[in-house]
Amino acid sequence: MARDRTPEAGRSGPSRRQFLLGGAVAGAGAVVAVGADALTRRSTRSDDPTTTPPEVGEALHGTETVDFHGTHQAGIATTPPQACTTLVALDLHTQTDRDGLRRMMQLLTDDAARLTQGVAALADSEPELALVPSRLTVTFGFGPELVRRATTGDAPSWLRPLPAFGIDRLQEAWSDGDLLIQVAADDPMTVAHTVRMLLKDTRSFARLRWTQTGFRRARGSQASGTTMRNLFGQVDGTVNPAPGTADFDELVWIRDGWLAGGTGIVVRRIAMNLDKWDELDRSGREQSVGRYLSNGAPLTGAQEHDEPDFEATTAIGFPVIPEFSHVRRARSEDTRQRIFRRAYNYDDAPVGEQISSSGLLFVSYQADVDAQFVPLQQRLDELDLLNEWTTPIGSAVFAIPPGCAEGGFIGETLLT
Amino acid sequence: MSVRHALPTLAAAAAVLALAACGTDAQSPDTSPTGTAASSAGESVVLEDGWVKSADSGMSAAFGELENTGDSDVTVVSVTSPASTAMELHETVENESGQMVMREKADGFTIPGGTSLSLEPGGNHLMLMDLVAPLRAGDEVAFTLTFSDGSTYEFTVPAKDYSGANETYEGGEHMDMGEHTETGEGEHMDMGDE
Repeated sequence: MARDRTPEAGRSGPSRRQFLLGGAVAGAGAVVAVGADALTRRSTRSDDPTTTPPEVGEALHGTETVDFHGTHQAGIATTPPQACTTLVALDLHTQTDRDGLRRMMQLLTDDAARLTQGVAALADSEPELALVPSRLTVTFGFGPELVRRATTGDAPSWLRPLPAFGIDRLQEAWSDGDLLIQVAADDPMTVAHTVRMLLKDTRSFARLRWTQTGFRRARGSQASGTTMRNLFGQVDGTVNPAPGTADFDELVWIRDGWLAGGTGIVVRRIAMNLDKWDELDRSGREQSVGRYLSNGAPLTGAQEHDEPDFEATTAIGFPVIPEFSHVRRARSEDTRQRIFRRAYNYDDAPVGEQISSSGLLFVSYQADVDAQFVPLQQRLDELDLLNEWTTPIGSAVFAIPPGCAEGGFIGETLLT
Repeated sequence: MSVRHALPTLAAAAAVLALAACGTDAQSPDTSPTGTAASSAGESVVLEDGWVKSADSGMSAAFGELENTGDSDVTVVSVTSPASTAMELHETVENESGQMVMREKADGFTIPGGTSLSLEPGGNHLMLMDLVAPLRAGDEVAFTLTFSDGSTYEFTVPAKDYSGANETYEGGEHMDMGEHTETGEGEHMDMGDE
């Protein structure tokens, strides 16, 4: 009957201490660690008999973890952004009340706390898939209806659908929702298993509304600090506050109330018409954005992070960076009107005569969506040549509650 | 096949029963199972990663890793919970027709010192025979284990939705099952979730 403890997956909880590995820390908020279990008795190799030793010189990242517990939820300031993400939005069942929300968030928090540390969730029916966390993060967001059902705590005024923009062609299937779960990791298997496990624990409380997957370059293909490119080939996201800086903290984290330590997320699904983009020559593409395709430098500069010079003019007197360019239109004199971007690419199965159905899974974080994101988007809505090739087809706003300590749960500042 | 005993309510009776039933185990029947160990079984055992399957009514089961941190063998002789009018210690075995069935583990779960016993779907588990109320996902459910030395260990685990753990129950004749399906010779454990 009794038997020795076998090296099966998922037998230890997330409470086991973590050891930081020197050199693996990649910026504030992105504490990369290797679980104590992975270092000691439960190394991945001994747990998963299918894992073979690495080739000489082969760098393995599968056991790297990002701390789950903390002041802020992980997956926002986690740098560099993981290679793969899946965002899911759910609609609450009508009977899910405040008590149901608490139970749901306790279950989901426990799942996330374990899975992010490379430990199987409770009742995980595929525990071996949990053993390669690959910097897995799970981030939860609350929609207006969830906050309303919590019955305590005021919803921030910006927690509502964005104002309608002229360029929008929004589809309900890609918009809104009551609960957001953002899963990100450097390995798509890890993301898939985590999403599956979490969604199994939502079934008593909510139903799936939409799922959006996104990707960047695979981990290890490029230096990890490289700014991502979108499927137009553009360097995308050069101007971004840096996690760990006071500027980032000021722009992203909410100071007061039950959301203190939290933030606001905007998720926009932006279809990119690659066929139409193909008709544009290289200089036209660069003019539309105001940056060189080669390295993302502004048309007035040489390096990616050179400041654009909007005053510079050509020999015949036109601005070097056109007034209609994305870079020009996105820039505000008001430095408060900035956001933290954490976008991904998507590449769906084409339909009909299409050969591609691609775009950008735009994700931004900001403490005040109305004060920071909306004016920026209004300027782009009024004029941005890039709008010729891009169409927002989905839009959602959620409040991201703060992180929690061990033993706590995400949403406790609202639900307890 | 299954030798069924009424579960004793007195710890002393439980100890006697466990001693009588464990004659074929490594544990020697003519010495006290607790020996001269300083701590009781209840103090030596911890349950890690415990959970119980959610269900609307009828039966359910609890799982986890039962770790004996002491040096001496311990034997779990019974389990109770306010969530169920009756509970049994169950094992899952192959019956004559090759089917995996669960049945009461009448001689209890003996855990040698320094080892763990896995309670898992398809294996040993703590069986809730008749829920007093729905076990909803996220509910916290308390259990009390009683050991052969009379000591006890209390723990609380969350209820989780789970589609597995549908073993056939070999001896269903004593059960008042809220929802179940007949599966030939045994009773199918249907936990009532949709």
